Amino acid sequence: MGPLIPNGVIASGWDFVIAILIGLVFGFILEASGFSSSRNIAGVFYGYNFVVLRVFFTAVIVANVGFLYLDYFGWLDLSKVYVLPTYFGPMLLGSIIMGLGFIIGGFCPGTTFTAIAIGKKDALFFFIGIFIGIFLFGEGFPLYDKFYASGYMGNATIEDVLGISAQWFTVIMTVVALASFWVTAEIEKKVRKNRKEYKF
Amino acid sequence: MSEHKNNGSTKYLNPYFGGVLLGLVLIATFFITGRGPGASGAVKSLVVETVDVVAPSHAESNGYFSRFLADGKSPLNSWLVFESMGIFFGGLLSGVIFGRIKKFRVEHNPNITSKTRLIAALVGGMFFGIGTQFGRGCTSGAAMSGTAVFSFGGFLVMVGIFATGYALAWFFRKLWL
Repeated sequence: MGPLIPNGVIASGWDFVIAILIGLVFGFILEASGFSSSRNIAGVFYGYNFVVLRVFFTAVIVANVGFLYLDYFGWLDLSKVYVLPTYFGPMLLGSIIMGLGFIIGGFCPGTTFTAIAIGKKDALFFFIGIFIGIFLFGEGFPLYDKFYASGYMGNATIEDVLGISAQWFTVIMTVVALASFWVTAEIEKKVRKNRKEYKF
Repeated sequence: MSEHKNNGSTKYLNPYFGGVLLGLVLIATFFITGRGPGASGAVKSLVVETVDVVAPSHAESNGYFSRFLADGKSPLNSWLVFESMGIFFGGLLSGVIFGRIKKFRVEHNPNITSKTRLIAALVGGMFFGIGTQFGRGCTSGAAMSGTAVFSFGGFLVMVGIFATGYALAWFFRKLWL
């Protein structure tokens, strides 16, 4: 049955309409969860607000479980789904640079769109920063085009590389998530006592 | 709908409730379109389009930008661009409903000036932008959508972003504490 558009169940002409609708719901949830505030987001790194960890971890677990069931029932052909390919070295470096940008800027691309929408000037600057960063990356591309394409492992899954099945990965993630929800709630209580100017 | 108070007057969703909704959106997106939601790809399209409009011959000869111009269509004619416009309007809608839309303002830790915050946001965004291109996506498209369908690369990016954030948090604590 699924995925519906690649399988022709829904005509591909609907693709962009569906894109806008999905974006609408996605953006709504991001803003409604508090991701339109860089101070809420950065809290995950300083222990005063773990909303990012809660929302992100819950979403990934729900999706993991959902895909396992959809696959089990034969409702979604996982082989027709886009599994992000792996380029080991470049993606490791990329994630480190993103982590640096995250801790300095306090947003990521998706959250900055919703923050601009409610009038955050700092989010607009973050967006301009992303634009400049991608432009600079493109201009400097000849310097690292070989590195950029290196470490290719195809559409590798976690099972392919780490030998942990999708089922076990989901179980482990769920246990780690539940433990972290409990531990971070305790940390948050202690840290919040010492923060007066940030209202929760 | 479960909510908790934050910043005095504004209300946010219960984070676990928000997380479940977000997980369902991920499932629905893959189930309908065969791909996951993202965000940085839209900014890339905007960059490629801008370079192509301002300096078309330069865009064609650039080894990176030219990759996204090969089919002759505008790079803005892409799924992620439409989806990202949706993200913006979805944020706007939530902002209207919860009363968070105000005049253009800078949100920052009171221990730093708004100028410092704006510079940090610009610099942070720049690094994030560079990182997304090496990383094949951002927190949404790579880390979240990737890990959701058990992609190793997605998992790698997720771990890398958060581990780096924690490793460097001490150095940038003045921006936030």
